[in-house]
Amino acid sequence: MLPFAKAFVVGGILCVIGQILIDKTKLTSGRILVLYVCVGCILGGIGIYQPIEEFGGAGATIPLTGFGFRLAEGVMKEVDSAGILGIFTGGLKAAAGGVTAAVVFAFIVALFANPKEK
Amino acid sequence: MGAKKIGKQTVRLSEGVRIISAASTVSKKEGEGPLGKYFDKVIEDSMFGEKSWELAESRFIRENMELAVQKAGLKMKDIDYLLCGDLLNQCIASTFGTIDFQIPFFGLYGACSTMGESMSLGAMLIDGGFANHTLVGASSHFCGAEKQFRAPLSLGNQRPPTSSWTVTGDGAVVLAKKGNFPCITEITTGKVMDMGITDANNMGAAMAPAAVDVLVNHFQDTGRTPQDYDVIATGDLGDIGRNLVVELMKKEGYTMYPTNDKGGQFTDCGIEIFDKNAQDTHCGGSGCACSAVTFCAFFYPKLMSGEIGRMLFIPTGALLSTTSSQQGQSIPGIAHGVVIEGCGGKEGK
Amino acid sequence: MDTSKRAKQEYDQMVKKASPNSPIFMDCIKAFFSGGLICGFGQLLLDYFNESYTEDEAALLVSITLIAIAAVLTGFGLYEKIGKHCGAGTIIPITGFANSVVSPAIEFKKEGLIFGTGAKMFILAGPVIVYGTLTSMLVGLIYYFVGR
Repeated sequence: MLPFAKAFVVGGILCVIGQILIDKTKLTSGRILVLYVCVGCILGGIGIYQPIEEFGGAGATIPLTGFGFRLAEGVMKEVDSAGILGIFTGGLKAAAGGVTAAVVFAFIVALFANPKEK
Repeated sequence: MGAKKIGKQTVRLSEGVRIISAASTVSKKEGEGPLGKYFDKVIEDSMFGEKSWELAESRFIRENMELAVQKAGLKMKDIDYLLCGDLLNQCIASTFGTIDFQIPFFGLYGACSTMGESMSLGAMLIDGGFANHTLVGASSHFCGAEKQFRAPLSLGNQRPPTSSWTVTGDGAVVLAKKGNFPCITEITTGKVMDMGITDANNMGAAMAPAAVDVLVNHFQDTGRTPQDYDVIATGDLGDIGRNLVVELMKKEGYTMYPTNDKGGQFTDCGIEIFDKNAQDTHCGGSGCACSAVTFCAFFYPKLMSGEIGRMLFIPTGALLSTTSSQQGQSIPGIAHGVVIEGCGGKEGK
Repeated sequence: MDTSKRAKQEYDQMVKKASPNSPIFMDCIKAFFSGGLICGFGQLLLDYFNESYTEDEAALLVSITLIAIAAVLTGFGLYEKIGKHCGAGTIIPITGFANSVVSPAIEFKKEGLIFGTGAKMFILAGPVIVYGTLTSMLVGLIYYFVGR
């Protein structure tokens, strides 16, 4: 299977699970994102997300579970190299690029864009 | 008990209070709806040339209220009291919109029932002999309401099928003692009703019990039945809410015929104002302006011409805040009933 | 009107019956294809960046690119138009995270750059960072004591 197809399927399935949660439980999108990050982080911590990532590639890292997974990997790597203090630095270090990108682009766009009516 | 009070929740005004003018100003989406041709003014730009949604709503209020007074052939200084409200925190749209009028002001909050509340109190002020003219109204703005109650406009979320669409605009009427105009005769003030609904995307269901409470008490207090009215119009219950009212009323022993049945008299302003399929508004319109502009643009001319002899107008409101919702409270509803007799209607003058 | 507990339960049932459900089947199909497409596109980007960068750098570049695209689409008011149809398909990917940061940044701009854009930027995404960090600490703690 092509990497593209694998990513498509894995990413698609993760989104469908989210859609079912939205439609069935009335959870707002903010809560779903929190849930996904935490679940991804835990699955990464216990080693379940790694095979999903190996198979799905971007399909597993682009959904927010992938963000959580990255936090888990980061913290474990940091614990390996820096010991107990790695618990404090590993997670956010791994998230730094994504969060900074979001802040920077949000700020730039907000400077130029105005709220629009639906 | 006051001499004008009849029954538990209703007052009968001694001489009736006339609605001598009505004005409605809305935005583009409302203008494209089924009632588009009835509104006095349709503003294409919902920002109304202002810097923010909040200021835009204030401008809707200011210009529309000026129009209402002008249509009544009066000047602002002729108005004794101004009563109005909106959905924004601390009613800022009303405050900043009417600051230039410099007339005695009662700011009201009844959520989307505000038009009923302001009409009730404005009429009572006149009937009580405290005023000759009162200017009353209510407003809302889709974007301001979304920003405050739900999510930023550019957030890519889905609106569930039970949700409704906040009407952008302002509706205002001028009330006076005399004249050959539609006449407010009775007022049934609603109680806060909470039937435990927590879904903020299903306001119709949260408000329907409040409307039913007003209806039942009104009929008990006056001894009338739904069939004594040409039109019974609730505020913004939408499809789901109206159906729930019909069901609940059946339990209470009253039969309400929705207007989609032939000869039915029971409608809802939220159903009238949008074409829910073509305009993707799901359950219908909502917001203070929903009942206010629908009354002013659609029902008032029919009362004026005598096409409607007697109408029971019941704006409905959901009394939630983001704080109460986040703290897990259910959504209480409120409704305010106002009886308006048309010119040369059933009972004649 | 009867407001007893039993009446409330009855009313709750009545409301459930009267309220239409979301068209879950169609929603899921749309979510699958839109979410899949974003991830597939991400994979193509990943393959492209992998040619000249390390694995970690490539992954970060993919995130940054997708966040930038989502931010621009949000600025033009297009992301919410797509999101209306795609639902979770555009919420779950990192683009949805970006959208939830950019949209309040724009919406609350009128309250100023400090207390509007600056303070409100993370009203939706803030909890994601908070609980993500907390969970990662938990994972790190367990890993430190039992995992290694």
